[in-house]
Amino acid sequence: MNESFTYSSLLPSLLGGVMIGAAALMLMSSHGRIMGISGITSRLLKPVAGDIDWRVSFLAGLIVTPLVLQFSSRVQMQVVTDVSAPTLILAGLLVGFGTVYGNGCTSGHGVCGVSRLSRRSLVATLTFLATAMLTATLLRLVWGA
Amino acid sequence: MSLILPFFTGLLFGVGLVISGMSNPANVIAFLDLAGNWDPGLAFVMLGAVVTFGAGFPILRKRQGKPLFSDKFTLPASTSLDRKLISGAIIFGVGWGIGGFCPGPALVNVLTGSAQGLLFVASMLIGMLVAVYRKS
Repeated sequence: MNESFTYSSLLPSLLGGVMIGAAALMLMSSHGRIMGISGITSRLLKPVAGDIDWRVSFLAGLIVTPLVLQFSSRVQMQVVTDVSAPTLILAGLLVGFGTVYGNGCTSGHGVCGVSRLSRRSLVATLTFLATAMLTATLLRLVWGA
Repeated sequence: MSLILPFFTGLLFGVGLVISGMSNPANVIAFLDLAGNWDPGLAFVMLGAVVTFGAGFPILRKRQGKPLFSDKFTLPASTSLDRKLISGAIIFGVGWGIGGFCPGPALVNVLTGSAQGLLFVASMLIGMLVAVYRKS
């Protein structure tokens, strides 16, 4: 992405959010499923017959996004992180384990669950948001990265 | 059609992540890190998504007896606030706060050529595997 496409205003944030909500509505309407990325992915790691194809199809669409954007609008996605490789591995392990153990991530609990006013999702979302804020703030205060 | 639609649903979700800036972990950390140059973007992404799904879902349920390609709507039945839910959310939160990647944005980064994105996704899948096989 180029600079003007990132954070000059909050409009792209809102618009992107509406697209995410619309995608969640589409999946609910077509397959009656909650659009939770951790669940859609992790249930392929121990696949159940008859409950595989829509997950693969959804994830394929998600994964080809950078290619589609590049070919259709020459949008180059920006990935910026100053986190070292070992730390990223630790973060990945925690995110993978935690989202499966706690039954959801930002999309499943945070978007779909909160919208449905699910008590579990509201509590989970407040918990992981608060924990993430605490972690990010402390880490960067201590190491000043 | 039942196979093509989820593909475009995933693509719409991915484009939403990119347009909102959430595919870039730097923008996520800018929201999570309260001591830095704070960016409220993520809150507005959540707002847009929650209002859209929150408004659309009841209408969808009222108008559609069942999903197009399934017999029923599959909604989580549990309502208990157990220790697993809370501890899972805490573990996820720590990992999210470290890297700025959660599962959706991590997966949308797989084909950007970012080595960091790939490394994160590989580790995330291992973490998921451990949890999936521990659960049963």
